[in-house]
This record gives sequence, structure tokens and C-alpha cells, in this order.
Amino acid sequence: MTTATGNQDRHSFFLNMGPQHPSTHGVLRILLEMDGEYVLEAEPVLGYGHRIQEKMGESRTWKAFMPNTSRLDYVGALICTHGYVGLIERMAGIEVPPRAEYIRVITSELNRIGSHLLWLGAFLLDLGAFTPIMYTFDDREQILDILEDVTGSRLTYCYYRVGGVNRDIDESFIEKTRDFIRRLRGRFKIYQDLITDNIIFIKRVRDIVRFTPDMARRYGLTGPLLRSTGIRYDIRKNEPYSAYSEFDFEVPVGTTGDCMEAYQVRIREMEQCLRIIEQALDRLPEGPVLVKTPRKLKLPPGDASFSVETARGELAYYLVSDGSDVPYRLKIRSPCFSNLSLLPEVCRDMLLSDLVMVLGTLDLVIPAIDR
Amino acid sequence: MEDFNQLPPELIRMIVAVVVVIGFVFLNSLVLGYLERKLAGRFQLRPGPMEVGPQGVLQLIADAVKLLGKQFIIPREANAPLFRLAPFLAFVPVGVSFIVIPFSQKLQVRDFDVGLVFILAVMAFNVVATLVAGWMSNNKYSLFGAARSVAQNVAYEIPMLLSVVAVVLITNSVSMKEIVLSQQEVWHVVTQPVAFLIYFIAGMAETHRAPFDLPEAESELTAGFHTEFSGICFSFFFLAEYTNMFFVGSVAVALFFGGWSGPTLPWMDYSGIVWYMLKVYLLLFIMIWIRWTFPRVRFDQLLNFCWKYLTPIALVNLLVTAVLVKL
Repeated sequence: MTTATGNQDRHSFFLNMGPQHPSTHGVLRILLEMDGEYVLEAEPVLGYGHRIQEKMGESRTWKAFMPNTSRLDYVGALICTHGYVGLIERMAGIEVPPRAEYIRVITSELNRIGSHLLWLGAFLLDLGAFTPIMYTFDDREQILDILEDVTGSRLTYCYYRVGGVNRDIDESFIEKTRDFIRRLRGRFKIYQDLITDNIIFIKRVRDIVRFTPDMARRYGLTGPLLRSTGIRYDIRKNEPYSAYSEFDFEVPVGTTGDCMEAYQVRIREMEQCLRIIEQALDRLPEGPVLVKTPRKLKLPPGDASFSVETARGELAYYLVSDGSDVPYRLKIRSPCFSNLSLLPEVCRDMLLSDLVMVLGTLDLVIPAIDR
Repeated sequence: MEDFNQLPPELIRMIVAVVVVIGFVFLNSLVLGYLERKLAGRFQLRPGPMEVGPQGVLQLIADAVKLLGKQFIIPREANAPLFRLAPFLAFVPVGVSFIVIPFSQKLQVRDFDVGLVFILAVMAFNVVATLVAGWMSNNKYSLFGAARSVAQNVAYEIPMLLSVVAVVLITNSVSMKEIVLSQQEVWHVVTQPVAFLIYFIAGMAETHRAPFDLPEAESELTAGFHTEFSGICFSFFFLAEYTNMFFVGSVAVALFFGGWSGPTLPWMDYSGIVWYMLKVYLLLFIMIWIRWTFPRVRFDQLLNFCWKYLTPIALVNLLVTAVLVKL
């Protein structure tokens, strides 16, 4: 990067944004070269919260690593765990009961909505609107209550097991979830009035940056950001895992790839999540939710990978097994890392306020970057 | 008692006025601070402060005590004398402005012939405090806040003054009392609605209220110009902000809403102040409402809005008013 010594032609100075800054949402540090209010270069500096997750995965048994996976992207913890158990089941050839797959889909989608709601509130907070986050948290709280009933925790769930899920859902869970679906459908109108139609919001968000399909390919952009550029790519549709192939849902895409589109993709995605949950609840099969797996699970030698669609994009696990009861190598591909790497390119010559807005649009969860 | 009578009455009156003004500045900030937090709670589906006193009414007093107990830290690289001075630069002018505010027919410290000019001039002084505070902190975020504040205040001063001049053209006076008296038949908000709107928007920008709170935009600049201030010096900025809000409201009431006028209450002579305060706090309620609803505008949008819309509209409004008055 040319900014290491500062550019002599420009009257620039450095601004250190983070690791403690209200809108980096965690311990992310961004080194900015500024010319007045304009950002000339931005360089993300990582590593403040690194926890050697991958190495931990290689030093403990297959099952013992499971709680760690929910500490990666803690806002969508269930989906992260989903990827890991899916990977082990794929390698060991374990058949998961259909009821368990359905429960996984329902809880994962609830988790995804919760993640999007948190993002929505935090994004508006970055834009300086204090109120929406209270509304989205109010809705998210319902999800947390529902999930707490069945999983026992509210944020870092450890609910999925290799071969199924820990506990079966009951009638009250189904009832509460249906209530929540009704409630959230009504709330979208409020969000429309409060946020989407707000003139200041539109002026702040529309046409500030443009994520292009080319850019998306170069940086490995996934998730709502990729879909906002018009590419219809969603792991749930393109590489269906779990029971996703059995549901009828759309993958919302944008056209221009600006932040407004990314915003709308996420909002429409929440509606699709509700559709999936509804279908899954209607067609919930009977049967066991967990198959027995050996206490000391040994995977056959070889390698495998498994991708899931988190709220932020494609989370992939790749692992190599040498036939023992611990992995030989575990690699985690986090969507946040790829999405963040785009920042230096898009934020050139943009105002500091817009940088904060773009950072909000990227929807980063820093512990997923600093694994 | 003997000695007391020997003091010149002017001096006694001055001391009483100063004590009352300072008391009022604190009281107003307590009320507004509490109101703001309670209302914000209402808008955000939460109860707001509830713990200290019934319904949390003593919360602001608890906060004030906490701030008094905090150490005032001067950053090593800061310019210490000016850094210390900045909070007082913010706080002192707001006390002076009270001199000309006509709370009621009789409750006015002094009715200057140039009362309106005086109050606007003193209000504009606020920007100096912000600049000194931001610049002398030797913190880049503070400097950003200070630079934004200066550009914003200088820009919004113009439509604000232009809209005020439109009223002055009608009343033919810049004495606050006479402006209020000229509205006995019809309030200027009816004859000058555009001027009022421009004044109100510009006033929100002048006092750095969201959606124009760019000098202290917390998601961008952490806390803007007062990032480095702690303890009682921080609370001076806080007091100055709320008092400035009160001035923006009270000038609006005096200019556009007939000042103290209203149906006479049983207290006769003092019913004016009740109406005056009621109107001011109603306007402030709207300001708080707007703050907790809208996102923040971007800096260039803020200036564009001022130069491209507010200033030209204010000029046209002034021109039309001038022609109509002449007719």
C-alpha cells in the first residue's frame, strides 16, 4: 500500500479509526489516509481479537469443537454450527432424520432474521438514527425468547448435534413461532415508514458506492452484498444443504449494487425467511430428532468441505482428516473477511460519513474475521 | 438589615438577576434533559430513566453530581489554557442572552432597542467555544467536529437572519418587546410561515441538534468537539446546548408566536410567563421529536441544503415581504 509513508502530493493526514470506535462494531481498526473529510485510502488492520479458532479445531475432538463454531459469527451462531455439523455428517456418512433437518431449517432461519434485524438497527445507528434499533431489538427479542425455549441459550447456541438436534420442539414453540411470523409481517410496514421512505435515509444510502459483479468476483463477495449486484447466488438454492431443496422460496436480488439495494435485499430476504419457516412448520415430519453416533467419532481419512449461507454470505468449512479422532486441518472461510477486503477499493475518495455507512452495509461481525 | 439597605439597589438587582439566570440555566437543562430522555424512551418503546426518584425525575441531578465528582483530564498535547477556557466560552454567553428575553409584559431584565440583534449575536458566539474546544483538544476527531461546526454555523446563520429580517420589516423594530406587542392581532407565524420554517430549521442546525448534529456525530466522530472533555467541563457544553435550544425556542416564540400573549390566568400579571414557557417547550418538544426520528444528514448535503434551498427561499421571502410591506 502506498500510504505507508503518506502521499507527498496530497495534503493528507492519518486518522486512526478504531480499535475502539462506535461504528466499527467490534475491535476492528481502520487506518485512514484523509484529505480533510475525504478518505483517500483505507486500510483495515485486523488481529485484535484473534482466538486461534482453526488451531483449536485441530487440537480437540470432532464434537468438542462444536461450541467454538457458535463463537465465530455470534449473531448467526446456529447457522455457523449448522455448517460444522453438516461437514462432519457428510464425511462420516451420517443420515440425519428429516424432522431434525426441518428443525434446523426453522431455527436457522429464525437466527437469520434475528441477524438481519440486528444489522438493520445497527446500520441505522451508524447513520445517526437512534430509534430504529429499539424497534428491531424488540422484534429480535421475540426470536431470542423462542430460541431460548428450545436451545437454552440466547446468543451462542450449541443446539445442533452431529446426527440431529439436541432437543425436540414442542407445540408451544410452533405456536410462538407462528405468532412471531404474524407479528413481523405487521412490523415491515413500520420499517417501511420509519426507514425505507425516509428522505434523509434515501439520500444517505442511494448511489454512494456501486458494488459490481466484477468486484464481487475479485474479492469473493457473497451474501446480500453479492445479490445486490444482480447475481442470483445463494447456497440454499445453488448448493442446497439440509432440507432447503424442499421449500419454495425466492432469492431476492438487486440491480445496481448500491447500498440501498443491499438494504432492500436484506429486507426482502427476511420476508422469504418467514415463508420458509411457515412451510417447514406446516410440513414438519414426525420421527426422532437425533440418531446415535459413536461417542469417540473417528472420520475416514480424506477431505471434505461444506458451505452454508449465513446472514452475511458463504461460510465454508474445509477439513482434512487423517483417520484419527481429531481433525488434521480445519479451514474456515468467513464471508465477513472477504466482504471487508472490498472496503479499501470502494471507499476511495469518499466522505468519512459515507465510509461509516459503507462499513455498516458490509454487516461485519469482527469475531468472524478475527477467528 | 441596616447594611443591606445601604447597598445600591442597582447592585442588588444585578446580583438577583445573575442568581436567577444561573438558576434558570440549570433548571432548564434539568427539565429539558429529563424531558429529552423520557421522550426518547417513549419514542423507542422503553420507559426511560426510572430508578432515581419517582419516574426517574432525579436522574439528571444524580448525573450532575456524578459529573461534578469526575476528574477533569487535560490531554498532554492539548493547549491547556484554551482547553480550560472553552467550556466557559460556551457557558457564559448563554447567561447573557437572558437579559433581553421578554418572558412576560413585566418580566424582562432590560428591553434594549436592539434586543433581537443582541440575542442573535450572543447565540452566534457559541461557535467560538466549539472551535476552541475542538481545535485545542489536539485530537483529530475533535478537530473534525470543530471544522464542521464552524462551516455549519456560518452557513445557517444566513438563512436564519434573513428569515428574522422579514419579521423585522413588518414590525419595524428590533426590540423584543415591541415585536411581541406588534402581534396582538395576528401572530407572525400566520403572516410569515415560510420565515418561521426556515428559522426553525436553521435554529436546529445552529444548536447542533439531530439531524444536523454533525459536530458531535457519534457514529463518525465518537463525540466530536467535546471528545476530550470530562467532568464538569463536559457538562458546561451540555448546559450550553440545552440553553441554546431554549433561546432558539424563545426567539421563535417572541418573533412568530406572539410571545407571552394568551388568555389571562388567575395569576394576572404573571400569566404571560406561563404561556411563554408553554410555547417554548412545545417547540422544543418538536425539536426532540425530530431528533429521535431522523437519521443524520451528510455534511455536504447539510451545506447544499442551506445554500441551495434555505438561503434562496429566505431571500425570496424577504423580497416578497419587503414589497408587500411597501404596498
